[in-house]
Amino acid sequence: MAKVLMKGNEALAEAAIQAGCRHYFGYPITPQNEVTAYMAKRMPEVGGVFLQAESEVSAINMVYGAGGAGARVLITSSSPGISLMQEGISYIAGAEVPCVIANIMRGGPGLGGIQPSQSDYFQATKGGGHGDYKLIVLAPSTIQEMAELVQQAFHIADKYRNPVMILGDGMLGQMMEPVDFDILKKEENKIEEKPWATTGKGTRNKRNIINSLELDPQILEKHNIEIFKKYQKAAKEEVRYEMTNCEEAEIILVAYGTIARVAKNAIEIAKRENIKVGLIRPISLWPFPEEPFKKTKDHVKAYLTIEMSMGQMIEDVKIAVNGQKEVYFYGRVGGMVPEPMAILEEIKKIRGKK
Amino acid sequence: MTVVFQKTKGLTDTPFHYCPGCTHGIVHRLVAETMEELGVLDKAIGVAPVGCAVFAYEYFNCDMQEAAHGRAPAVATGIKRVHPDKIVFTYQGDGDLAAIGTAETVHAAARGENITVIFINNAIYGMTGGQMAPTSLIGQETLTTPYGRKPETNGYPIKMCEMLSTLEGAAYIERVSVYDVKHVLNAKKAIKNAFKAQINKKGFSMIEVLSSCPTNWGMSPNEALKWIKDKMEQYYPLGVYKNTLEEEK
Amino acid sequence: MEERIIFAGFGGQGIMSMGLIMSYAGMMDGKNVSWLPSYGPEMRGGTANCHVTISDEPVGSPIINEATVVVAMNRPSLEKYEQDIVKGGLLLINSSLITIEHKRRDIEVYRIPTNDIANQLGNLKVANSIMIGVLMGLKNMISEAAIKISFGKVFEGKENLIPLNIKAYERGKEFISSISSQLVAR
Repeated sequence: MAKVLMKGNEALAEAAIQAGCRHYFGYPITPQNEVTAYMAKRMPEVGGVFLQAESEVSAINMVYGAGGAGARVLITSSSPGISLMQEGISYIAGAEVPCVIANIMRGGPGLGGIQPSQSDYFQATKGGGHGDYKLIVLAPSTIQEMAELVQQAFHIADKYRNPVMILGDGMLGQMMEPVDFDILKKEENKIEEKPWATTGKGTRNKRNIINSLELDPQILEKHNIEIFKKYQKAAKEEVRYEMTNCEEAEIILVAYGTIARVAKNAIEIAKRENIKVGLIRPISLWPFPEEPFKKTKDHVKAYLTIEMSMGQMIEDVKIAVNGQKEVYFYGRVGGMVPEPMAILEEIKKIRGKK
Repeated sequence: MTVVFQKTKGLTDTPFHYCPGCTHGIVHRLVAETMEELGVLDKAIGVAPVGCAVFAYEYFNCDMQEAAHGRAPAVATGIKRVHPDKIVFTYQGDGDLAAIGTAETVHAAARGENITVIFINNAIYGMTGGQMAPTSLIGQETLTTPYGRKPETNGYPIKMCEMLSTLEGAAYIERVSVYDVKHVLNAKKAIKNAFKAQINKKGFSMIEVLSSCPTNWGMSPNEALKWIKDKMEQYYPLGVYKNTLEEEK
Repeated sequence: MEERIIFAGFGGQGIMSMGLIMSYAGMMDGKNVSWLPSYGPEMRGGTANCHVTISDEPVGSPIINEATVVVAMNRPSLEKYEQDIVKGGLLLINSSLITIEHKRRDIEVYRIPTNDIANQLGNLKVANSIMIGVLMGLKNMISEAAIKISFGKVFEGKENLIPLNIKAYERGKEFISSISSQLVAR
């Protein structure tokens, strides 16, 4: 297969199929409808299952069942639908069931709008549902990267027996770019044995139970601690980020997903005016990459976080910067997208400050 | 020595936590015996509910998943779609199946999802201490209907068998009870039919079992069994509501 | 080389297809491309637009704030996007539907009666392919061969429409070669 021109939503779906995902449960919601349509058509071709559930609530519980039964499972939705799934996501994390969840974000709160947004960052990275748990959250910024990260997501989900979230915005779902599936790492498509899965007891002498209930506080505490050991391992091994022009930068922009690309445009414009601006693009939003902030300390005057939100990722940036430098914010919301010139204006404002 | 009765292999050795006089234990045994007799224990995957039977995964001697409140039919759907040749069942109470999980129940039936649902209707929320259930009878006193269930404020009890039997996807729907030996034996037959419907890939099967809750009804076990017969059965007539197994004969 | 093109018009004018034809062709020529559509209810009969970037470098923001080309197929599109064109950029106006004057004097502007030409060809729906011809006649951003394959790709499943659209495309090119020489003369 040579390069194909694909929508982000379609690339998401195809990458999942190539990663060995044969079970998809979903419910229509804009702007991710291309995933359901693609899966409805494609799954029968590869002998897989596409099921349109009666609600997102039901769909995520089908994922819990199918993931618990040992399958590589994908579910996708957009912001309001992801809110409905939070109960199920908490159970899935609690019961240590692997699955991949994609949120193609739109503006909120409430019904909000259907235009792109990044205002579910908190929900994705800080929990979303009840209880102490983490999702590993990956944020692609191109369609090619969408395909790569979706494939890695299945691998990571199985490795940690934990849900992994792909966080993109409506633009990334809707836009088309060339994708080359041939360069994806094929070894990550191999599905390892899942001896814990509910497959029917067969000749096993022990029953397999997928469960998140534990009424004994001592045992439940132990369970939480065990889960967090996994997260500590992930925090070491799953950090992903990209740094652009940071070596001599005076101001460093911090942005993820599509907005990191807008930020790159701003950097080019700034260069014309002899302003040295760099970019840190977190690819894993959880675990949040802290190292690049340590690497860039000396020559940097300040960081400027740019988001399609009222300021969410900035909290993680501040934790990473840890009071060493000023951290500023510029954001647009409701489906409005930050423009490079506006970012440049913010950069100039920061430079003007003492 | 001739063995006249022994515990089914379908149950683990874990002692039940149910209250004295509760009929959950009987129904557990019937489901377990059925699976053993049909030879499907090794390929059975059960889904436990939230409610009094929340620990069902401790008792059934097969692979189990514990679902969130009301979501068992969705979880079972996920499992069955991964393992279409395995036997997948849920075990749910009235609050779980007919209140918070109504959508999951109705749509699993509408899809003709090839799973078996065991539905314990005891007209009350047991685990949380005796609140009104969607199946509580008119006039029934509960923690949340201290003056009796009134249609003006609480509406009417839901008849799930009648509702679901209207759906094309439903293959076998029967309402039974367990208030005496005769009815227990009949309940066993019904549960077996439901599993057979699944084995024969007929579609969705559900057995509603009118059950007792002496603790939360505030009755002795005997009074409770009598209440099922005198009160519940009047509103919830026993019988087969849908049977596509017959069509083959 | 980097071209940042905004195609805009009514839903139903084939705006998305124009963008797709250029994007496919760009990809086949080995360029980096991105195609960003407007989406939602506005696509059903309201205004529609798509942003297409064709570049030798990896594409930065898929959203175009500084367009090198704007193709305005109706009046609201002209009013909305004229200001977004870079100095020296290109503005193509569908003069069959847009009777008002453009305002900018620092850009190159062509008025093409695309609907009228399409009607002469017997199908109003090929107005968009005429515009592609015009654009290709003016800007040598992708190869002729790639464009032709691209028509086949975009009209997959509706192959009977391809010859007429290619014809419309050629007509667009012819139109612009005649008009450009006039401009040079003036």
